[in-house]
Amino acid sequence: MKAHLTRRYIFSASHRLHSDELSESENVATYGKCNNSYGHGHNYALEVTVSGQVNPQTGMVCTLADLDDAVRREVLDRFDHENLNVRKEFADAVPTTENLSTVIFNILKQSFTAAHLERVRLEETMMNSFEYSG
Amino acid sequence: MVYLTRKCEFSASHYYHNPDFTPEENQRIFGKCANLNGHGHNYTLEVTVKGDVNLKTGFVVDLKELKEILNREVIEALDHRHLNKEVPEFLTQIPTTENLAIAIWNRLQSKLNVAKLHRVRVYELPDLFVDFYGEP
Repeated sequence: MKAHLTRRYIFSASHRLHSDELSESENVATYGKCNNSYGHGHNYALEVTVSGQVNPQTGMVCTLADLDDAVRREVLDRFDHENLNVRKEFADAVPTTENLSTVIFNILKQSFTAAHLERVRLEETMMNSFEYSG
Repeated sequence: MVYLTRKCEFSASHYYHNPDFTPEENQRIFGKCANLNGHGHNYTLEVTVKGDVNLKTGFVVDLKELKEILNREVIEALDHRHLNKEVPEFLTQIPTTENLAIAIWNRLQSKLNVAKLHRVRVYELPDLFVDFYGEP
C-alpha cells in the first residue's frame, strides 16, 4: 500500500526582493514593500511530503527520524535565522518563496533518498503558500 | 466532479513495537514511540469523498449519512481506545499513522455506498499527517 507522509517544519529568515535586471522604479513597482533596502523577515512553515510503500516491518513509509535529520541538516541549519540574499543559493536568483521552494525541493531530492519526494509546500505568511513538485 | 471533506477528531493510545526486532532496533526505529507503556494523541481525521452534484439536492453526498457512517465505523471503534489492544487491525500490525490511514480507508470503503472515497488524511500531530488514496 502506498501512502503519503507530510511533516511540517518552521524556520525564520530575512530577505529582500530586488532584481538587478530591473530599474529602481521597476523594482518598487514589482516588489512593493518587499523591495525595502534593509530587508524584512518571515516565519516560514515548510511542509515536506514523501511517498512510498508502507514497510510491513515498521508500518512506515520511512523512518521519521531520518526525514527530520535530513530536513534539519540540509534545510533548517542552512536557512534558519539567515539572510537569504547573502546565501550562495540566491547569488543569481531573487529569494522569492517560489524560488525558495524550488531550491528546497532540489536540495531534498539530492539528500533524502529513503522515500520518494512528492512535494514541498512553503507558507511565507498565513496568507501565502507555494508548492513545488519538481 | 466536486470533492467534499468532513473533519472529525478522536483520541487514542498506542505504542510501536515489532517483536521480530531486537530491543535496540525497536528503540532506534521507533524512538519514544517504542515505550511499551504506550502514549496517546488527539487525532484529526479528514475524509474526502467525490462525486457529481445531485441536481435535485445540490449535494455530492448527504452529510448526515456520511457522519453516521464515520461515527459508526471509525469514531466508535477508535475513540478513547488503545489501538494495539482493542482494534482488530492492530493486533497484527503496528498502529502507525500510515497503517491507521489505511485501516480507516478500508473500514469506510466497504461501508460507504453514498459517495466515492477519494482520500483519508490522518493528523497524528499538527505537524505530522498521512494521506492515503487507496493506492496499492
